Amino acid sequence: MKDAVTHYCQGCGHSVIHRLTAEVIEELGIADRAVGVPPAGCAVLAYFYFDVDMIEAPHGRACAVATGIKRANPESIVFSYQGDGDLAAIGTAEAVHSANRSENITVIFVNNAVYGMTGGQMAPTTLLGQRTTTSPAAAGREVHREGYPIKVSELLASLEGSTYIERCAVNSVRAIRRTKKAIREAFLTQMNGEGFSMVEILSPCPTNWKMSPVKSWKWIDEVMTPYFPLGVIKDSRKGSKKDAG
Amino acid sequence: MPCIIINSETCKGCYLCIEVCPKKSIAIGKDLNSKGYHPALPMENGECSGCESCMIVCPELSIEVYDEE
Amino acid sequence: MKNKEKRLMRGSEAIGEAAVRAGCACYFGYPITPQNELTEYMARRMMETGRVFLQSESEIAAINMSLGAASTGVRVMTSSSSPGISLKQEGISFIAAMELPCVIVNIVRGGPGLGNIAPAQSDYFQATRGGGHGDYRTIVLAPGSVQELYDLTRKSFELADEYRTPVLLLADGMLGQMMEPVVFNDKEILPEQLPDKPWTVKGAKDRPSRFIRSLLLDVDVEEEQNWRLYRKYQRIERREIRHEEYYMKGAELAIVAYGTAARIAKAAVKRCVEKNMRVGLIRPISLWPFPYEHIYKTAETVKHFMSFEMSTGQMIEDVQLGVKGRAEVLMYGRPGGVVPTPAELFRVISRAYNKIAREK
Repeated sequence: MKDAVTHYCQGCGHSVIHRLTAEVIEELGIADRAVGVPPAGCAVLAYFYFDVDMIEAPHGRACAVATGIKRANPESIVFSYQGDGDLAAIGTAEAVHSANRSENITVIFVNNAVYGMTGGQMAPTTLLGQRTTTSPAAAGREVHREGYPIKVSELLASLEGSTYIERCAVNSVRAIRRTKKAIREAFLTQMNGEGFSMVEILSPCPTNWKMSPVKSWKWIDEVMTPYFPLGVIKDSRKGSKKDAG
Repeated sequence: MPCIIINSETCKGCYLCIEVCPKKSIAIGKDLNSKGYHPALPMENGECSGCESCMIVCPELSIEVYDEE
Repeated sequence: MKNKEKRLMRGSEAIGEAAVRAGCACYFGYPITPQNELTEYMARRMMETGRVFLQSESEIAAINMSLGAASTGVRVMTSSSSPGISLKQEGISFIAAMELPCVIVNIVRGGPGLGNIAPAQSDYFQATRGGGHGDYRTIVLAPGSVQELYDLTRKSFELADEYRTPVLLLADGMLGQMMEPVVFNDKEILPEQLPDKPWTVKGAKDRPSRFIRSLLLDVDVEEEQNWRLYRKYQRIERREIRHEEYYMKGAELAIVAYGTAARIAKAAVKRCVEKNMRVGLIRPISLWPFPYEHIYKTAETVKHFMSFEMSTGQMIEDVQLGVKGRAEVLMYGRPGGVVPTPAELFRVISRAYNKIAREK
């Protein structure tokens, strides 16, 4: 990590996830091969914080940009860092096809159930009943009007090409530790050339959820995880299930 | 006894550290930092087991845990 | 002079071969008529040479893969046809903003909308004014023969690297399909023989990390970046204008046409000259930067111009900008994928020429 105070709101999950990702990159000794692709979203300024090479992608296209980088330069370790709007709305095709091609990249997918940077609009992962600035009905998001939240991990897991997909959260010490391990497994998948890896991370957005950081942690447990169950969604790695690392 | 140091300037007052501290030894400070937050503060009489929970959850990398010799 | 290899080639394959011989390391494409032959040719040749060929899920994905690959410093090409090029516009704006070298090929087809798969020139505005957002330009080269498809593809890679900018090769369905002999008058370069670029993002090995971006929230910083790009475009305008002329000595009426339209015009003008009509042809090869200066000087003596395009008339605006009111600018065009015949154009020119002669 660079020595900088982040622009993220108080209690934001991005800050924690940045640190976990950076720690994993450092511990795996791949900082000098790593190339990150931040999204257009709250985390666009990730290149002010990650002390690795990075290149900004147009909104939704990080998986395609990452594909281009990896294909052109296979020795680099490429990771895209995307939010739910970036990956599951505008970037769905890019995400689906990168996974389907078993592209050897790692996707850090931060799911905070809203569009953060633009002020808390409904996202593809906004939950039923959740009110946002663009699902303002008293009952919040409703199926007959706004459809269902997308389970991205399960969606991509159904594709043969995806190798390692885990969903975790950063709303407790234990969850944060588990997330770091998942990120590590994902990068190892890429380092071993075993194909597409993604970590979906349920992350608090106190400002747009209009909750305190502490309350937003609870909301993840009470509301998000029932719909987005945590755990390894897919692991088709040839190597031993129990990673020695 | 181990102890923690919180960088009051970079703390954004999310108080997640207070939430997770098993010894309930962190409190909301009274004074304001330059950004207008009340930074969290280790309590005077608090006990610290050096478990690093606060450090792990702190989004701002503002907490350092020390094992005093 | 080493006798250079000469091969009868289809237009789109000449583009592909030129790219391979220019050390293009990555090609990203998506199927769309009438440029499939190029994508298919690249699929074969890039795999033969152990390089990267990837058919993406959309033209949007292809241009963004190109952006990613370009950031690692390798030579990259992507190609499509009109509707696909429209989809790439946001990506092209990013590539221009981030100053990444990239070659984009547009085999233009009839439009607007789905249009048809016949040759056309109706993407002129989009190509020369930029279809994406923000103040940026792309170099636009318009080949007029299969040999030029070959030569200008090579030139596109060189210009893209030299100016760190996207270069658009604007051909059309006819040029893409026709077969003509091509002389390989360039030395083949392998990707690994290309000079390393100092600004790439390939992993911060033995150097501080760096990032490439176009988000500049501070308006003063963004303004300066815009003026930096502007100065680059001025340099390009000073150095990279290309055009050719035929029968312009003593001409009183100058036809202005590029690409396939110029081929048709050349035949028609030749017949006019044989009939002692003082008619000439100016063929812009770089559509941006456009040869305004040259047209302005020509307008000192030539008082009548006719823009001939396979569209309802787009380049005509640049001809008018060139003459600056010094001469009359007529227009003859057939949009929608119609390819006029030389005889048809000859009749149009003769009528205009005789009208001019009567008024004199």
